[in-house]
Amino acid sequence: MALKLPIYMDNHATTPVDPRVVEAMLPYFTVHFGNAASRNHSFGWEAEKAVENARAQIASLIGATPKEIIFTSGATESDNLAIKGVAEMYREKGDHIITMAIEHKAVLDTCKRLQKYGYRITYLPVNSEGLIDLDDLRRAITPRTILISIMYANNEIGVLQPIAEIGKLAKEYGVPFHSDATQAVGKIPFDVEQFNVDLVSLSAHKMYGPKGIGALYVRRRNPRVQLAPIIDGGGHERGMRSGTLNVPGIVGFGKACEIAAAEMASEGERLRRLRDKLRHGLQSQLDEVYVNGSLEHRLPHNLNMSFAYVEGESLLMGINDVALSSGSACTSATLEPSYVLKALGVGEDLAHTSIRFGLGRFNTEEEVDYVIARVTEVVKRLRELSPLYEMAKEGIALKKKM
Amino acid sequence: MVYSEKVLEHYRNPRNVGSLPKDDPNVGTGLVGAPECGDVMKLQIKINPENDVIEDARFKTFGCGSAIASSSLVTEWVKGKTVAEALEIKNTEIVKELDLPPVKVHCSVLAEDAIKAAIADYRKKQTGAAAETP
Repeated sequence: MALKLPIYMDNHATTPVDPRVVEAMLPYFTVHFGNAASRNHSFGWEAEKAVENARAQIASLIGATPKEIIFTSGATESDNLAIKGVAEMYREKGDHIITMAIEHKAVLDTCKRLQKYGYRITYLPVNSEGLIDLDDLRRAITPRTILISIMYANNEIGVLQPIAEIGKLAKEYGVPFHSDATQAVGKIPFDVEQFNVDLVSLSAHKMYGPKGIGALYVRRRNPRVQLAPIIDGGGHERGMRSGTLNVPGIVGFGKACEIAAAEMASEGERLRRLRDKLRHGLQSQLDEVYVNGSLEHRLPHNLNMSFAYVEGESLLMGINDVALSSGSACTSATLEPSYVLKALGVGEDLAHTSIRFGLGRFNTEEEVDYVIARVTEVVKRLRELSPLYEMAKEGIALKKKM
Repeated sequence: MVYSEKVLEHYRNPRNVGSLPKDDPNVGTGLVGAPECGDVMKLQIKINPENDVIEDARFKTFGCGSAIASSSLVTEWVKGKTVAEALEIKNTEIVKELDLPPVKVHCSVLAEDAIKAAIADYRKKQTGAAAETP
């Protein structure tokens, strides 16, 4: 089969919608287009039926019951709802929230906003592997702690936090535990009972579903978690999230979850093999190439690597027929590289050389072979252009500032 | 972000990549920037001491496409100019030539700094040589 360019290998940013998902969604635009809240006619009933069916498919993927799934516009909204909703509801009980340094901005910025309202936030550090220390977490808990929010899989480095242990600890102290599981759900097993998690953020467009739809799992038993809504008006989703439901999006999300449940195990193994091939391919042909974050506790389809002496954006420019992303912040207003890599203790010069590879359902082995060859070729060419490579070869250490 | 054709052209076919002998008394070496900022440029110029004309130039850059293009362009511009003329080169001229967007203006500033640093190094060598007793 001929290679189709450009190749998309940035599946942590978003994923293509699976054709089976598109097919499932289409009737809900023009045929079964009713408002799921319309109680009085078949258009509404059909839409509602489709929504409830999808709700069950999503719940099933994470070991929850359908009543515990609240639909939102995406994981960012779910994160906002979980954190602000708990903060408001449990204000009498306390004002302290624990999260960690490498969370997604949707969590970090929400916590920063709460700080303005007087909440105290603890940001747990991570070690060089990208993992939090469970003892740090235990020590951080106070009688006024009302929420722990720790993501399962990190979107930049793919590292997996010890979620079952965190859940166990949170339950021990009776603190609600929220996890942004956007990058993990549908890729690796996730069970709300096994992990003792009370709130979970999910997003469709990271798992071959459409953009603009996500969900928040809200535990109803052992214990029941209560949330103040952040959007008012109409009382949809048990009062937790008002607004007419995005029926086609929800149907698509449900279908995506159904497919993920069926294909997750075999797809995970295939992608792990391809990811490992990619890594070995690059590290065997290039020197001074480093993996960022734990290899052991990691999503099977993620690879984040630093290519010493070659700046990330220039590398991506050279591999312009492959879609990837970089931890270099050349395009942002400041010259600061990725805060996630910084938290790992990756030196800023190496952070600027990092590239994130996100393999997915539609990537082939042929594509991986092509990417290995292209990346190797461009790194070698750019190293010839690099004064840092030249100096490293000559054994000169570069002074900090010129 | 879309790159300008000019930047892409320099990136694909950079001019004057490489090094000149550092110890040559007529070579000035400018090394500017910092790895932590994601931008380091090394610019070397070879000057004819009789008429102060820059006869040759080489560069090496660690940085994004715009940084590579800025330094490549600068090696083209300084060749054939006198040292005094090279000092006149402004970063704004680089921005204009390469169509650099606002976020990439700092790359042109670094390139201008590289010229000045290379010339300063050459001057230092000249005064140092002159001060030597034969």
